[in-house]
Amino acid sequence: MTLAERMYLPAIAQGLGITIKHFFKKKATINYPEETRQRSDIWRGLHVLKRDENGAERCTACGLCAVACPAEAITMTAGERKKGEEHLYREEKYAVTYEVNMLRCIFCGLCEEACPKAAIFLQDDKIAPARYERDEFIYGKDRLVEPLKTTETK
Amino acid sequence: MAKITFDGIEVEVEDGTTILQAARKIGGDVVPPAMCFYTPLKGSGGKCRVCLVKVTQGSARDPRPMPKLVASCITPVQDGMVVENTTNEDVLNARKGIVEMLLINHPLDCPVCDQAGECDLQNLSYEHGVSATRYEEPRRTFDKVDLGPYIQLHMTRCILCYRCVYTADQITEKRVHGVLGRGDAAEIGTYIENVIDNDFSGNVIDVCPVGALTDKTWRFKNRVWFTKPLNAHRDCPTCSGKVTLWGRGDTVLRVTARKDEYAEVEEFICNTCRFDKKEMSDWTIEGPRHIDRGSVISANHYELPVVNVPIVPNLPKSTVKKMPTE
Repeated sequence: MTLAERMYLPAIAQGLGITIKHFFKKKATINYPEETRQRSDIWRGLHVLKRDENGAERCTACGLCAVACPAEAITMTAGERKKGEEHLYREEKYAVTYEVNMLRCIFCGLCEEACPKAAIFLQDDKIAPARYERDEFIYGKDRLVEPLKTTETK
Repeated sequence: MAKITFDGIEVEVEDGTTILQAARKIGGDVVPPAMCFYTPLKGSGGKCRVCLVKVTQGSARDPRPMPKLVASCITPVQDGMVVENTTNEDVLNARKGIVEMLLINHPLDCPVCDQAGECDLQNLSYEHGVSATRYEEPRRTFDKVDLGPYIQLHMTRCILCYRCVYTADQITEKRVHGVLGRGDAAEIGTYIENVIDNDFSGNVIDVCPVGALTDKTWRFKNRVWFTKPLNAHRDCPTCSGKVTLWGRGDTVLRVTARKDEYAEVEEFICNTCRFDKKEMSDWTIEGPRHIDRGSVISANHYELPVVNVPIVPNLPKSTVKKMPTE
């Protein structure tokens, strides 16, 4: 072994070389949440309860999503539509409350598959963000139902 | 006594028994479905045609086959009869056609219907039907008929099995509803919108194979597969008081009569038991009701697997299972 080798000089130079090489490499991380990664088209994120073309809620509280759910994360109560609410709810029966527990949900998408009314979907661009309190993970209708598109109406 | 061969299985039954009852004596998958026939109701049967079977040998004395498919619920057996049900292609094709006919005017509102999950027509179309419809014309629609505070009539869902008419005729003294009109225009109605207010009128809900007659006190309360069925009884002056409670936790959502595996009521119950006793304290609970594993109602129901029955005292009947004998 030479003196230089005994003083670890080639090893240090090699190590620094690797470090410097990484300065010019593409970064592995991104500045989330300002930047987001491109997700697959079939990526399953936060649930949404869709409205139909007239803005009425599609969900009829049939309970098929809840019975299909392997994590038993979905609960709902049904109610009867009153006269004059036809523009709000599509069918005679509608969900008065609809709750998804995002801590229990495993985002498998079986609810989406079970839905006969094409009401519940897992969005591909939203996730359930981290929160401090457990009850904040129980998403009610206020956070699940798709907002009305007011800009598109004349 | 008459000996018949049903789907290759020999069974001996009393003279005058119908083919359907003989098949039910065998039990299992060979039993033809029945939408209109109802054992406790005299004269029911022969209307819906889903129980059609092929008789390949009329009797031992006259072995000629019957020329057409026969309705097994109203055809009595003869000694030496050979019947084919699931083994005959014609029978299965005919049944498929009949289910399609029954579904022509039946709305596709199972997500809204309270009967979904325990509906005979739903089961039938799932087993024998096709998933698509070839019918393009508008389905029948009706004006809403009010049958009083307890019973909800959805005429669009009715398949005209006449069960409720026979029930009202036979177990109540005066029926006020019946079938109006003929053929395509036939419908269940109370004529001058009379309120059904007999003590036993609620039983028409139990006999209805579809969701045409449903319980108004249970309307949209919950889905049947989220409720837990319990056997219970109470001291009732008008009926036997033996019922099934359907509830969640400590709340009773619905009370029905106890039904056997062919969805036939064991004992008819009165309206007081059915509509007014909605507290757990009104009832003596006997234990959970056993639900067939194939039914959606059994989803998320966990039954206690009891391996050694004798060491656990006072077991409810539903937990006792047939053990393989050594």
